[in-house]
Amino acid sequence: MSEVPRFWRESRHRYRLVGTRCTNCDTLYFPPRVICPTCRRESVGKMKEEEMSGAGEIYSFTVVHDGLEQFKMQIPYVMALVKMKEGPFLTAQIVDCSPEEVKIGTKVTATLRKVRSEGKAGIIQYGYKFTICP
Amino acid sequence: MSSIVSYGSYIPRFRIRTEEIAKEWGENPENIKSGLFIHSKSVPGPDEDVLTISAEAAKNALRRTDLDKSKIGAIYVGSESHPYAVKPTSSILVEALGLTYDIHSADYEFACKAGTAAMQNVMAMVDSGQIENGMAIGADTSQGAPGDALEYSASAGGTAILIGKNGFADFNATLSFTTDTPDFWRREGEKYPSHGGRFTGEPAYFKHVLTGAKKMMDKMGTKPEDYDYAIFHQPNGKFPTRAAKMLGFNDEQVKDGLLTPYIGNTYSSSMIIGLSAVLDKAESGDRILGVAFGSGAGSDVFDMTVNDRVKSLKRERAKGVMEQVNNPIWIDYATYVKYRGKIIMRGA
Ligand SMILES: [Zn+2]
Repeated sequence: MSEVPRFWRESRHRYRLVGTRCTNCDTLYFPPRVICPTCRRESVGKMKEEEMSGAGEIYSFTVVHDGLEQFKMQIPYVMALVKMKEGPFLTAQIVDCSPEEVKIGTKVTATLRKVRSEGKAGIIQYGYKFTICP
Repeated sequence: MSSIVSYGSYIPRFRIRTEEIAKEWGENPENIKSGLFIHSKSVPGPDEDVLTISAEAAKNALRRTDLDKSKIGAIYVGSESHPYAVKPTSSILVEALGLTYDIHSADYEFACKAGTAAMQNVMAMVDSGQIENGMAIGADTSQGAPGDALEYSASAGGTAILIGKNGFADFNATLSFTTDTPDFWRREGEKYPSHGGRFTGEPAYFKHVLTGAKKMMDKMGTKPEDYDYAIFHQPNGKFPTRAAKMLGFNDEQVKDGLLTPYIGNTYSSSMIIGLSAVLDKAESGDRILGVAFGSGAGSDVFDMTVNDRVKSLKRERAKGVMEQVNNPIWIDYATYVKYRGKIIMRGA
């Protein structure tokens, strides 16, 4: 089944790292949430969209040697848990580097890349990946 | 008249050397290097295309200014390698850059001068008061057929020029020169372009570049020595060097805007990435001549002067052109054909 509708709904968040901040407890969530899991009812009407800077650091990572068909061109590639400057953690691919260059604590910056495409005729999905800061 | 408010470029980090390509096709790399004057070229990563390259170039332009993004009233992207045949690159950029939805947008095509055609349109809209600011982008991920001479030059990169009032570089004038010339083409659905071989030189590139530049100097009453920098479309390193010489410009005026020897021909970004490199170092009072060329064929010419506001430009907030040129990841021919989709994968 086509993922076009779901992807379109989430595109703003995926393109620009737009999360939501609970203005009740000042916590930023990514992916965005409608309600703060801590403040619950208190957060209703107090969730505000916020774009992250794109700066973060590697919290943990793994090197993928046997990936999905779609990523065969890129093996071996690095998938990492990135801790964003603004607080949220997110999972993303680290690109434009060899696995040896990636360490825990390495500073990274978000970059917009092709994430996948639905075959040759389908929609191209774009989203965030990260590159290592020089 | 309108002016450049900000600018930014993006060059993919992957690069391949001329030697690496020549050895696959049994050619002497020294002949290529001296003939085309190309040492290496940029290669887009497997997850990069005109949209991602345009987005990074535009983000670099936005980083260098404090302009409120909601005051950008137009975005036009010129390319001959848009990711979709139908579905604009520009509309994806509106969302990716977080611009206002109340914006004029379209994709442009005119071989390598689509980006400068976009610039002229934005200038006209600013001059007429229809918009306050607009962004014009030229970006490409062009392909040459394996073994074709174009394989040494066709590269990837993009430049975004933010145009408005009260920028740091004023446009003194712009003009174009257009004729029906079949020097280079690609039919719909074809992967690789075709070209008229030697026909690409005299009747195409040189005729349009030289005529455009001369018409501008006639119009402005200027001579080559009145310009501090001159930038020409650069399909290889040789053509712009020869065109400059024929017009009477010296190496000092040309060298800062000549990038093809190191990154190849970025097509729609070719002249403006040279302009971007010049803007990285230009000072108040510097006069710049820029001549873009697009096959098919035509030239877009710009006469610009940098003003005092350059002193408050936040250049350091984004990576300059030479900084990116000097940060390569070298790849071999096998990796290159894999990244450029020149081998057929199962299920692809
Ligand atoms: Zn909360």
